[in-house]
Amino acid sequence: MSGKSLRAIIESLIFVHDQPLTLDRLALILEEYERADIRAALEELVEEYSAGERGIVLAQVAGGYQLRSRPEHADYIRRLTKSKGVKFSQSALETLAIIAYRQPVTRAEVEYLRGVDSGGVLKSLLEKKLLRILGKKDVPGKPLIYGTSREFLELFSLKDLGSLPTLKEIQELVPPDPFADQPELPLEVVEA
Amino acid sequence: MEDAYRVQISEFEGPLDLLLHLIKKNEVDIYNIPIAAITRQYLEYMDLLKELNLDIAGEFLVMAATLLQIKSRMLLPVTQEEDDAEVEDPRAELVRRLLEYQRYRDASYLLSSRNLLGRDVFARKFDSPEFADLEQKEEPADVELFELIEAFQRVLARVSVDTFHDVVADGISIADRISEVLSLLHAEKTVCFDALFSDGMTRDLLVVTFLSILELCKLKLIKITQAESLGSIWLTSTSQPDDESEANLQETEGLVVG
Repeated sequence: MSGKSLRAIIESLIFVHDQPLTLDRLALILEEYERADIRAALEELVEEYSAGERGIVLAQVAGGYQLRSRPEHADYIRRLTKSKGVKFSQSALETLAIIAYRQPVTRAEVEYLRGVDSGGVLKSLLEKKLLRILGKKDVPGKPLIYGTSREFLELFSLKDLGSLPTLKEIQELVPPDPFADQPELPLEVVEA
Repeated sequence: MEDAYRVQISEFEGPLDLLLHLIKKNEVDIYNIPIAAITRQYLEYMDLLKELNLDIAGEFLVMAATLLQIKSRMLLPVTQEEDDAEVEDPRAELVRRLLEYQRYRDASYLLSSRNLLGRDVFARKFDSPEFADLEQKEEPADVELFELIEAFQRVLARVSVDTFHDVVADGISIADRISEVLSLLHAEKTVCFDALFSDGMTRDLLVVTFLSILELCKLKLIKITQAESLGSIWLTSTSQPDDESEANLQETEGLVVG
């Protein structure tokens, strides 16, 4: 069955590539196949990996597909690699969150939202390639505008920026404000 | 004796973070902040920092001033005109900022709880030399402007800053340097970024060279690539200059640094 062999071909391509492989790229390489078939095969592969009790999952990150280890196995893998892995300071995470949601955004806007100087943290995030300079804003001083990079999506296991939870959803995830639903005092009645 | 006291202060990211902490600690409604009480605690915290001889960041002082300003505005009686115009609560702006900050702070918690590559999930790494070589030839990655500027900073760092000021009659123009770089590129096809900045060059010439590279890039006469992260940056000539870019080149003729 050709569907099965296409699936196997795609699997080996993803296995060999060192970055998430996009559907566009796959369609370009597998010119003898229909794009729709490739997409279907990818979906089947994702399903197959998640259904079986495998140590690997086919993750959809940064607009592409990448084979990654199961998050449940992180402890074992850390024993192997002996690395502590990435760790971010709260200021780096805050800055990333603001830029992820507000991009394109200038340094001044980030600093207004955080209430603190953010020059140093922006620089280190640029060095880690988690941020990109998107250009200059057409206002006096021509400040640089920042956005997140493909590496940002890869690092945080995000399919695309749209798959970030919305700020509204975040609010719902956080414990509700105990005062929010308090009914207003019937002051007007007293006045009358 | 006083040293026996150990005050545990959690680190705050900034004044907004500290204010949110105080609001939560006092269990007060964020939409109806008791400014006097919160301001007092805020200032106590700043005193504590001072006692511990910690540098107080300017942002904390600005917020203290803002709190005091809000308090004083709330003390002022509302005039008749203002009453008609329905003035905004002096605290409104601060509350908006606090809520917005809180949202992004929550978003940052959510980000760090995701499955991070290299911490929770792992992908195969490709650092075998054969693969690295292969990739270098196949698709050099485009360089971000930031990396180019960093590379130039490294070049500048190599040159010691002259304490004397030499008055030089005429500097080399960017247009001249562009032609030099171009002829070098036509001869060698690919030139390393660092090779264009030889030792013994003056700072002026370094700057002119860097500006030439940027100008060439803008005119799309060269392509700037980097095979691996933190590796050397390479300049390649794209094609023969067409008429349009020749014309643009003429415009840069006027730019002289020196």
